[in-house]
Amino acid sequence: MLNLWELRDRFRKISVWQVFLVVMALPTLLALLGVLSALLDPDVETLSHLAQYVLPQTIKNTIFLVIGVAVVTTALGVSLAWLTAVCDFPLRRFFVWALILPMAIPGYVMAFALVGLFEYTGPVQSALRDVLGSSSAFPEIYSFGGVVLALSLALYPYTYLMVRNAFQTQGLRSLEVGQSLGLSIRESFWRICLPTARPWIVGGALLVMMETLSDFGTVAIFNYDTLTSAIYKSWFGLYSLPAALQVASVLLIFVVVITLLERHSRASQRFSQTRSATLMVSRIRLKVVSRWSATAFCLLVFSLAFVMPVIRLLYWAIPNLDVELTAQFWRYMVGSTSLSMIAMAMIAGLALLMAFAARTYNQPFAKIAVRISTMGYALPGTVLAVGLFVPVAAMDNMLSALGFSTPLLQGTMVVMLLAYSVRFMAVAFAPLESNLLRITPSIDAASRSLGVSGIRMLAKVHLPMVRGGLLTAMVLVFVDVMKELPITLMTRPFGFNTLAVRIFELTSEGLWERAALPALAIVLVGLLPAFILIRKSDAR
Amino acid sequence: MKNRSFPSIILASIPMATAITFISSLLLACSSKPEPEAVEALIDDSQTDEAIVVYSSRNEHLISPVFALFTEETGVNVEFTTGKAGVLIERIKAEGANTPADLLVTVDAGTLGYAAQQDIFQPLDSAEVNTRVPVYLRDDNDYWAGLSLRARTIVYSTERVQPEQLSSYQELGDKKWQGRLCLRTSKKVYNQSLVAMLIAEQGEAKTEAIVSSWVANLAIPPTSNDTKVMEAILAGQCDVGIVNTYYFGRLQTKQVDLPLALFWPNQSIDAISGVHVNVAGVGILKHSKNVAQAKRLVEWLVSDNAQALFAGVNKEYPINDGVDINSQVASWGTFKSSPLPLSQAYILQPAAVKLMDRAGYK
Repeated sequence: MLNLWELRDRFRKISVWQVFLVVMALPTLLALLGVLSALLDPDVETLSHLAQYVLPQTIKNTIFLVIGVAVVTTALGVSLAWLTAVCDFPLRRFFVWALILPMAIPGYVMAFALVGLFEYTGPVQSALRDVLGSSSAFPEIYSFGGVVLALSLALYPYTYLMVRNAFQTQGLRSLEVGQSLGLSIRESFWRICLPTARPWIVGGALLVMMETLSDFGTVAIFNYDTLTSAIYKSWFGLYSLPAALQVASVLLIFVVVITLLERHSRASQRFSQTRSATLMVSRIRLKVVSRWSATAFCLLVFSLAFVMPVIRLLYWAIPNLDVELTAQFWRYMVGSTSLSMIAMAMIAGLALLMAFAARTYNQPFAKIAVRISTMGYALPGTVLAVGLFVPVAAMDNMLSALGFSTPLLQGTMVVMLLAYSVRFMAVAFAPLESNLLRITPSIDAASRSLGVSGIRMLAKVHLPMVRGGLLTAMVLVFVDVMKELPITLMTRPFGFNTLAVRIFELTSEGLWERAALPALAIVLVGLLPAFILIRKSDAR
Repeated sequence: MKNRSFPSIILASIPMATAITFISSLLLACSSKPEPEAVEALIDDSQTDEAIVVYSSRNEHLISPVFALFTEETGVNVEFTTGKAGVLIERIKAEGANTPADLLVTVDAGTLGYAAQQDIFQPLDSAEVNTRVPVYLRDDNDYWAGLSLRARTIVYSTERVQPEQLSSYQELGDKKWQGRLCLRTSKKVYNQSLVAMLIAEQGEAKTEAIVSSWVANLAIPPTSNDTKVMEAILAGQCDVGIVNTYYFGRLQTKQVDLPLALFWPNQSIDAISGVHVNVAGVGILKHSKNVAQAKRLVEWLVSDNAQALFAGVNKEYPINDGVDINSQVASWGTFKSSPLPLSQAYILQPAAVKLMDRAGYK
């Protein structure tokens, strides 16, 4: 038991940073509690039906999907990052940024474009039938492989961006170390480069897994049932929000397991770099065959993940230009861009502060706070949107009881941005955290001994060293907010629309052809910051 | 060098982002100001009514022309926001007495029934609505009324199927359709309410046998939308399917000599049977602060003028027989719709979903 003195003593020790961590975790905690509170009053009848007919298959599907997508994105992301960061081959400088572009294509748009290309009635199989008379040898796109392909192509850039950042800061130096130890390049890759890039690889895989868990749009196009489909079925088909939230808590168990696994895999490791990382050693010169194979591999991924879907979208968009390209359309563009910019600046800034705070106060409490604030990414957007909206509305109702003219909060940008930060904190946090891990604690100590601490230390010492991670965080948040739907739908002010909302409007009526233009616009606008930031980070 | 230039890029990008945001929000503010004509209309019209606020799960491009016509005719502005039905209902519940909304427009009788059961509506209490909307397209407790009718019917290949071979929904489970049937996913509410209506007609055990026989006849796994069902028939993967008529209408507009046709099933079996129909509908919210105007809008929506537009923009059927229908929709012929009250759809939908899970209809 604490006595009062002790309590006062403890209270005095609480710093601004600790308060900050708690404040950051609070909104997510509210939403999570909203989900978990449904467990108190279980809808037994619906749940027993789900447990018997729905959950066994969907849980199996979810596990397979998460593993499948994590494996494929990691393989793609790491290999592409290695090639573009460390090796030299024709068109390398083009692929450096081109390979990020698929990130701007929302998963469900990627799925629809791929299905449109490769299904039985699509152009590829039709052409095959014209030439060969049959397309039965062509793999079925409505399959497990199809879903994994679509999600992996849409999500591998997350891993690519993060891991590339790792290889850029230490890849060539690790190779040098390997050479000095008499290792071949291949041995150095497996024994030095890969293990030291682990925080980035694991961080990327974690983001991809969370994104896969929360995905609804992509799996719906393939009619592949996951836990998210079960949530929607309970809510909209069986009319039981409690049952939906109970399934959502099963999903949360998945998140916790994944997070713990990640923690565990890193627990015994420390990553630090001592010297400035910008010193350049010359790239690996590949032999002729490997050089062109590298180009071919990058080209294959780039065409499948970007060129072909975009051509498919263009074919749909062009005949519908006159109905879609209206004055209203430009308003969606402005809406999307400005929203993504504000969210990017805000969320990346908060994530940097949070990563720094967690580093400074490396205690269990700080870790828990950080884990909670980054969990919003794995919840299906719709569940999160409702989970956040309920407390906000309750607050507004309270304010109105106190005599304020309401609504004060609902339908304002404030709520929207708050919800975005809950949802996307993980995206901004992961690259920053891995970068901060690389900075040895002795640097902090040195800085403090010179009288530079707190926010000044962050600005003067850490910020210059984590710039790569900060750029990655900003690009990821910008593009993610651009694509985001459920939160925007629920919390946007009257008359405020974005490109994603427009896509939703059209696709929910099955008007995919007309949705192609706003989808292309998202891709284009999403590209711009990615393009600028990446060119600058790779300016050499 | 680089070390120094880098943070400065980031630092510089923040004021830049702020500036761009500021300018773009100015642009937004300008662009969302009422058009000059609208301002004049407001001044001309002596009414200074507050705008009616609508939450809608029916899409913007389907409702905004309708509301524009209302504003033109009455001078009363309509503000609306769109979203998914379930989420809008949760939003209305969370907002409680402070909700800014007056009306909820949504699609599907099941959803309307769910909304009514969540206690967010007040009775429409309108003689006008009662005379213009047939009883089976209204809520038993007067919480909502249908605004347009969509039929879910059989579509077939005119190249490989004779219409005489078809008769009813249940008959699509017959052996002769083995490997020739295409269906959309059971997760779509349209199929859930179709099965709910079959339960109401045939009872649960018989319906489960029907659904299982459909599943056994499927040529390909259930598709993600109605258009895909028709594309599969066009490509020769299957010969018959079940779709909403307006999807057929859209495809027909794109391709005039479409080798597909609609068939109206269950026309002669018995009195309670018929083509499955569903509605888009509207209800006035319990906490509306503008009930008189909200009611005015609802009554206007069921008037002839509004009906022709409301149904016409989506190639649907008006709720009232007296209204002219779009010539393309008229060309599909007339049919007897199932007279079962649509409120049944909500009551039986959970049973329908569970039944489809048991029957293995994905």
